[in-house]
Amino acid sequence: MPYVKQLKIKGQLYWYMFHTIRSGKKYLKRSKYLGKELPKNVEKLKQEFLEEIKGSKLPIKATKHSKLVETLHPLERKILPFLKNIKNSKDLVKESKLQEVEVTRALQWLGNKDVLSLKKTTKEIIELDKNGKDYLEKGLPERRFLNALDSPLSLKEIQKKANLQKDEVNACLGLLKKRGLIALGEKIKRLKLTDSLLDLSETFLKSLPLNNKSLTEEQSFTFNEFKKRKNIIKENLVKERTIELLDLGKELLKENLNVDLIETLTPKMLNNESYKNKRFRRYDVKINVPKIYSGKRHFANQSIDYAKRIWTDLGFKEMEGNIINTSFWNFDSLFTPQDHPARDLQDSIFLKKSGKLPKFFKEVKEMHESGDKNSKGWNYSWDKEKAKKLVLRTHTTVLSAKTLSKLKKEDLPAKFFAIGRNFRNETVDWSHSFEFNQTEGIVVDPNANFRHLLGYLKEFFKKMGFDNARFRPAYFPYTEPSVEIDVYHPIKKQWVELGGAGMFRPEVVIPLLGEDIPVLAWGPGFDRVMMDYYKINDIRELYKNDIKQLREIKTWLK
Amino acid sequence: MPTVNLNKKQFETLVGKSLELDKLRDRISMLGTDLESIEGNEITVEIFPNRPDMLSEQGFARAFSSFIGIKKGLREYTAKKSNYEIIIDPSVKKVRPYTACAVVKNLKFNDENLKSIIQLQEKLHTSYGRNRRKVAIGVYPLEKIKFPIDYLALPPEKIKFTPLEYSEVMNAMQILTKTNTGREFAHLLEKETLYPIFRDKNNSILSMPPIINSNDSGKITETTKDVFIECSGFDLNSLKKCLNIIVTTLADIGGVIYETKLKYKKPITTPDLKPEKIKLNTNYVNKILGLSLSEKEIKSLLEKMGFNYNKNEVSIPPYRADILHEIDLIEDIAIAYGYENFEETIPNVATIGSESKLSKFKRKISEILIGLKFLETSTFSLSNKNNLNKKMNSKKGLTQVESPVNSDYDTLRSWMLPSLMQVLNTNKHYEYPQELFEIGTIFEDIKESQSLSIVKCEGNFTEIKQILDLLMSSLNLEYEIQEDNHSSFIEGRSGKIIIKEKNLGFLGELSPEVITNWDLELPVSALELNISKLFKILNS
Repeated sequence: MPYVKQLKIKGQLYWYMFHTIRSGKKYLKRSKYLGKELPKNVEKLKQEFLEEIKGSKLPIKATKHSKLVETLHPLERKILPFLKNIKNSKDLVKESKLQEVEVTRALQWLGNKDVLSLKKTTKEIIELDKNGKDYLEKGLPERRFLNALDSPLSLKEIQKKANLQKDEVNACLGLLKKRGLIALGEKIKRLKLTDSLLDLSETFLKSLPLNNKSLTEEQSFTFNEFKKRKNIIKENLVKERTIELLDLGKELLKENLNVDLIETLTPKMLNNESYKNKRFRRYDVKINVPKIYSGKRHFANQSIDYAKRIWTDLGFKEMEGNIINTSFWNFDSLFTPQDHPARDLQDSIFLKKSGKLPKFFKEVKEMHESGDKNSKGWNYSWDKEKAKKLVLRTHTTVLSAKTLSKLKKEDLPAKFFAIGRNFRNETVDWSHSFEFNQTEGIVVDPNANFRHLLGYLKEFFKKMGFDNARFRPAYFPYTEPSVEIDVYHPIKKQWVELGGAGMFRPEVVIPLLGEDIPVLAWGPGFDRVMMDYYKINDIRELYKNDIKQLREIKTWLK
Repeated sequence: MPTVNLNKKQFETLVGKSLELDKLRDRISMLGTDLESIEGNEITVEIFPNRPDMLSEQGFARAFSSFIGIKKGLREYTAKKSNYEIIIDPSVKKVRPYTACAVVKNLKFNDENLKSIIQLQEKLHTSYGRNRRKVAIGVYPLEKIKFPIDYLALPPEKIKFTPLEYSEVMNAMQILTKTNTGREFAHLLEKETLYPIFRDKNNSILSMPPIINSNDSGKITETTKDVFIECSGFDLNSLKKCLNIIVTTLADIGGVIYETKLKYKKPITTPDLKPEKIKLNTNYVNKILGLSLSEKEIKSLLEKMGFNYNKNEVSIPPYRADILHEIDLIEDIAIAYGYENFEETIPNVATIGSESKLSKFKRKISEILIGLKFLETSTFSLSNKNNLNKKMNSKKGLTQVESPVNSDYDTLRSWMLPSLMQVLNTNKHYEYPQELFEIGTIFEDIKESQSLSIVKCEGNFTEIKQILDLLMSSLNLEYEIQEDNHSSFIEGRSGKIIIKEKNLGFLGELSPEVITNWDLELPVSALELNISKLFKILNS
């Protein structure tokens, strides 16, 4: 019987109720808090307390495998007893009256728990086909043919009386004649009343389905006869599992499997508290669960977004603009001479169309043809039409040129960036693509110098995860000094080339800005950076859009 | 970019020093040339197009040896006076108006340096000479030639000689069609009525530039001692530079250079080996490079790059073709100083960074769709007619690019949906549903916009409209769907998306024909929405 007692906790006195119960060989003490004051209806509370304890989840009497039993799914518990005698899944389905999938799953689970082992076998099963089913019901055509011949009849009469199709009648004629059961004439006459072969055929149909491997000689004969005829029988490959109960399984069968466990907690249970006196089935919490997928940005865009944030953090404004540009903006404004190889049809992607030139094109033309007081220019005759030709931008530097042309003196110092797609007329292979990404930046500042250029680049690549960057001399028609950026690849243990940078030549800046102000500029490729992070070796993968890869590739974590 | 192969031993002799492998690698890279490989005795280096003077072993060694401080400063080259004359006939004006020539004597060719000279000629042809269009070079054994030489143009049928490495006489047309070099460069003459030739006093044709030399008078061997060199093309300045590069290289293997007199309307003498002078402001140098170099230091750095400096004036060697502006000298100073020695720094300049509004808008839309478990794709902006129109049962006007190398990607995409259909098509073996979206550039004629497409496979009209509905309510926009007859969709199951009375896109269930054209086996619903226009509306 429960008893009450006052306990002192942190200097305060509280009333509790206690009761001791026995579980197997153990004693368990249960308690309940009553309050600071002893309630008046103590006796009633004692009764309630007892009820509560009785209905509480006491451990089931512990046996060797009780925990395993609690883990079993209802389907597993259901099929286990049948496994004493049944050794294949097909019979198991029949006997347990469960669905085939249910049995399959239960067997698999039990297999995973080492309760049993499964062996897959395949059997050829002979079954009734469309016509076979029909004949089983109505009788074989030859039987109906014979039955119709109470007296000699014409073919038409037989067909009508026996309710046969024309082709069936023809088949019967041949077959019955061969067996000497009928005599042909104007009217057909029955010669014999019984035929053992016909009986055999009928018995065979009735006995289906049969295993092809276990046919008797007679069955085998009939089977071959039927095989020649249309849609009477068919052979099916049936996969079957043979089950072997392992030691654990045999022990498990000795356990009480008839335990009442809650499978799924339902709103109804919560409402009527019916869960209170029951236990839940234990789950295998280590089990693998089916994969689910989230929506995701394309991994390339994840890294582009990150790079954008680096530039904005460093005080750069984003530039944007069209992919289609005149050659003027893509090449001429960047002091790239008109006979430069990049301007060949086989190097860049041109359109068979022309665009308009901005007003200041003459200053660019002059710079190309004869330079200015400080520059010799390229010394050739500049062709306006060539400058008008439209091209898919070959570098994001075209955005920098356009930005410079719009910049006013009072906007300085100014810093801009862009990350975007560029195009070149190239066949696709593991390291080349006709579309590629570039990260572009310019710093327009009367006080900017070469060391700043290297500083910005080093910082950017450090933030992109390349702690070690080096700079080498390079050549671009529009920058001087020019820089090639290499980053050190810690795994490949070598320098990897990432792309170009430099300070825009005065011949570029003066026509665009109106005066010679230092402009730091860079446009390293961005695809290699991404490929390195995602451990992609083939550039084609960036644009492949393999859904599995998109779903499962690691998230950009920088 | 052109590469040169160097014989390591010979290179070291020319440089005057042999370096350890690592040091050699490092110095070659830091000189502004791209080291491809060092294998055994062969060094392969990529030369940037601004330094055609480094396309030979001799030229490369010359630059390298000053760079590492062995033979610093300007190298003087001189040309001896002579009476060699080349008469330029006005008939060449239209086809190939200029030539610059020289004679070099006392050459001692051997297997190695002959290889290097031939390599130089070839590389100059392809790079600086723009595949012989801009500059073509001819070298001839002097003993076979009788001066004066005529440079003139004749009708092709009148040009007859035995081309180099052939044994029979051919006319110009035959040369262009029958010889390998003829076929390769025929496009440079084809359209002309007169073809240029060099012809000597004996009336024998030396060559037909820019195609081929004569086998009789245009073949150099190891026993050749004296040579005549001509460069022909369209711009006299480039021809002179190119000629200087060749003659200085020949001088480096012991040759003695002689001038030639070119009888243009206004006669000139080439080669001109006098160093050009250019002003250099030392303050400008320091401002650009962010350094504080003294004049003495600048002088010494310039000498490492083969220049001389005297009182704000720099003497440029005759073979340098890339010095247009003092900024080009500043780069050479930076290279001599060593890019690795610059201390990188970020200046303390306050500017405010920002993402473009359109970028931000695109990102927001992507975030909404990702919340709906959609996967973003990233496809090419180029496609083809079959994908854009035929498979979509559509007849939009398309823009093709010129001379595409990829026939699968020869057309600017006019809408996004075909790109996503292509993705569905290549991913049939993966789990469904497949729900994709992308915002990409589309081209209507040459007008560009950003367009969003969403596909749901499998999906129906209600589901795709629900997505539009959610998108619109997230953007706080009213929209209306008007019945449409879009040919890619099932009749009666497609609509135009109308926002603020503007047609911004469409949605619907794709027709079974389109679905099967893409080899898909499940129903697809889709929408396409012009994000650029939408952005405009939201910001108006």
